[in-house]
Amino acid sequence: MSTTTFDDTPRIEPTARPSYLTEENTVASWLFTRDHKRIALLFFASITFFFFVGGGAAALIRMNLATPEGLLQPSLYNRMFTMHGIIMVWFFLIPSIPTTFGNFFVPLMIGARDLAFPRVNLLSWYVFNLSGLVVLYALIMGAADTGWTFYTPLSTVYANGYVFAAAMAVFINGFSSIMTALNFIVTIHRLRAPGMTWMRLPLFVWAIYAVSVVMLTATPVLAMDTFLLAVERFIGIGLFDPRHGGDPLLWQHMFWFYSHPAVYIMILPAMGVVSEIIPCYARRPIFGYAGMTIALMAIAILSFFVWAHHMFVAGISIYAGVAFSLLTFFVAVPSAIKVFNWTVSLHKGRITFDAPMLYALGFVLLFTLGGVTGLMLATLAVDVSVHGTYFVIAHFHYIMVGATVSAFFGALHYWWPKMTGRLYPEMWARFAAILTYVGFNLTFFPQFVLGYLGMPRRSYTYPAEWQIWNVLSSAGASILAVAYLLPLLYLGWSIFRERKADANPWAATGLEWTTPSPPPTHNFERTPRVSRGPYNYDPENDRFITQEGTPHAR
Amino acid sequence: MYHWIPFWPDTAAVNAVVVNNLYIAELGLSGLIMVTVVAMMLTFCIRYRKAASNSRADLETKTWRFEILWTVATLGAFLILFVWGAQVYIWLYKPPPADEEVYVVGKQWMWKVEHPGGQREIDALHVPVNKVVRLVMASEDVIHSFFVPAFRIKHDVVPGTLETLWFKATKTGIFRLECTQYCGLQHATMQGEIVVMEAPDYANWLDSQGVEESLAQQGAELFRAHGCSGCHGKNSTIIHAPSLTGLYGTVVHLQDGSIRVADEAYLRDCILNPRSFTVAGYPPVMPDFSGQLGEGDLLKLIAYIKSLGGKREAGR
Repeated sequence: MSTTTFDDTPRIEPTARPSYLTEENTVASWLFTRDHKRIALLFFASITFFFFVGGGAAALIRMNLATPEGLLQPSLYNRMFTMHGIIMVWFFLIPSIPTTFGNFFVPLMIGARDLAFPRVNLLSWYVFNLSGLVVLYALIMGAADTGWTFYTPLSTVYANGYVFAAAMAVFINGFSSIMTALNFIVTIHRLRAPGMTWMRLPLFVWAIYAVSVVMLTATPVLAMDTFLLAVERFIGIGLFDPRHGGDPLLWQHMFWFYSHPAVYIMILPAMGVVSEIIPCYARRPIFGYAGMTIALMAIAILSFFVWAHHMFVAGISIYAGVAFSLLTFFVAVPSAIKVFNWTVSLHKGRITFDAPMLYALGFVLLFTLGGVTGLMLATLAVDVSVHGTYFVIAHFHYIMVGATVSAFFGALHYWWPKMTGRLYPEMWARFAAILTYVGFNLTFFPQFVLGYLGMPRRSYTYPAEWQIWNVLSSAGASILAVAYLLPLLYLGWSIFRERKADANPWAATGLEWTTPSPPPTHNFERTPRVSRGPYNYDPENDRFITQEGTPHAR
Repeated sequence: MYHWIPFWPDTAAVNAVVVNNLYIAELGLSGLIMVTVVAMMLTFCIRYRKAASNSRADLETKTWRFEILWTVATLGAFLILFVWGAQVYIWLYKPPPADEEVYVVGKQWMWKVEHPGGQREIDALHVPVNKVVRLVMASEDVIHSFFVPAFRIKHDVVPGTLETLWFKATKTGIFRLECTQYCGLQHATMQGEIVVMEAPDYANWLDSQGVEESLAQQGAELFRAHGCSGCHGKNSTIIHAPSLTGLYGTVVHLQDGSIRVADEAYLRDCILNPRSFTVAGYPPVMPDFSGQLGEGDLLKLIAYIKSLGGKREAGR
């Protein structure tokens, strides 16, 4: 190392070419673009819209639960939590990180010009919006009242809301997932730059690869499920109806065969984001790169074999329950390994606490708390007690909201300069990150207590003695709402008023930082040649080497 | 109104004690894991913050040793939790011989309870303390879930079959009964109370309900009214049909070679769908009764068949 001379942080000459944002300015140039970066921004607009629609429903839920008497009519309350679940799961969480940051950064991180199938990518956005229109139709006409899980025979025979429209929205939405996943798999297999071997891929790309495999294999099952549900509801073929020889539990098996992997669809990309942020702000290599890749793929594969842990009290054979409990503990092992590796990745670092790092550290803590409560739910006898209560609500919100949404905001801040060419106001961002953490814990930690006390989920009322915990939770939700709205304001402001970002404002090693901010339409002036792994940070001398092999002092 | 902030439910049954211990152990382990992660994170964040001058030399590069260490450690801890949880689960869901049996029917949005003596209640269940109470549960419409937080017991009640659940209350008093499976508009109000009484009080309560016929007697009437007795009756010689005397709880060999224990769910299946459960050696001539009998009537018929004798320890 001593013979190497170190340049300053690379200054890439402002190119004569305009960036992807400014090359064309017509509306048509956005709506018919095939540029993965523009499509990522289109997706970003769509999912942000649905995040606030789903969030609005959550706000109504928490307002209603602030008092036992409630605020909403029971039928409205039931429709609000159903639509909150459907919109947040399929219209925000599942597409969130893959369609935005995955779309934008997978080609940049592997040194490609675009995804393998740019037209399919654009089609995916149109299909997503079509499904979005259908779900908005369902919502405006009167919404579904089944819970997001559509359990039969309630959903097929007894519910009188817009179940068919909601199910069709989910059905159509699945095709968008499948197209996006296929695109990522082919891109990562075929379009890596010279020298970008599998074991040199950034962990974010590995995570997107793992999640794409799960999406591509699980989502067709969802299409079958929702199709059969629609047929059953309209014609009553009796597949899930015991009066015609059907089995209500068959629906649960089929639904969770998709929807449990879907939980990992929501968390794997978040794990990838955090694996990028932590080395960058700790200024040291990720601990156990190979272990992290193995853990990602192990989670992706094992996620298919744990679905019946949603059914421990549903009347499956108790020995099936035992088998699925064991498999569930197995899938927790790679998750635990990842937590330890992220934590030890701080050891001997040179740590700064910028907003993305605060979000990432928050992610690790919230994910760990969601994880240990997941272990409690995997333990059969404890699940018998807390299944169907607020304990479960708290657990999966820690994973899917606490962890995934924190990672989403972390990614948004980390890559904001690359996407927009502008920095963001650091103090405001740190404030929002801390506020998210405080608001989140205040919202959901009391729900663990409520759950063990026995408060059933999906109830519009509760006994008066539980009000204190519900008030705390609702108070936390209002803080959380501020923390989620705040970035909308200061990031919006930053586009026009903040300082311009140079190519590599965080002194990071990935290929996406070797091209100007914002990147030109074709990403790179020349095809990058990769000579080493992704996290060559040297905390001892505060230096780093990019994946192309260029050493820099920070 | 309340005088203190509730943070722990009552522990009022033997089932609850066992689950509670496991829950407390897991809270302890979870706390330990959280403390470890937080302590490591805080230590590193302080020692290795940018401004700190601690040495960063000799970064650990042989990471696989650590990976194996915490894989083995977590797997070991998880397996202990798994075995503990699974043992208790099997115990929770395999009813011991019952002192009392009660039939429960869930429907939108109430719990209907029938005692073997014919006593009926809605959204309430009176039981004696320190007795094993076995519930046989049916649903008339959608899936419900029978949950008593103070007993830590829960089981979904799925239409189309019968489910069983048991408990042994250790405290007298009134405890919440809930439905924890979303079952439509008034799911939130599908609640009731479990009233646990001393044995003499319970006997008095049963006597004071003004009942004329036991559940089995009501079942016997249905048995005749629906023509079951024509073939399955004691003196029936016209048609060769399996005798129901002493049937309950025994092992039945079916025509298709499979073997079933004649528990409540089996009896229900046979009444509604007899051609699928033809007993070996008998002609498949029984008409099916699906659509003719409600869940309440089915339970009465089953109570009658059980009153004809059999092995009492039957259960899943």
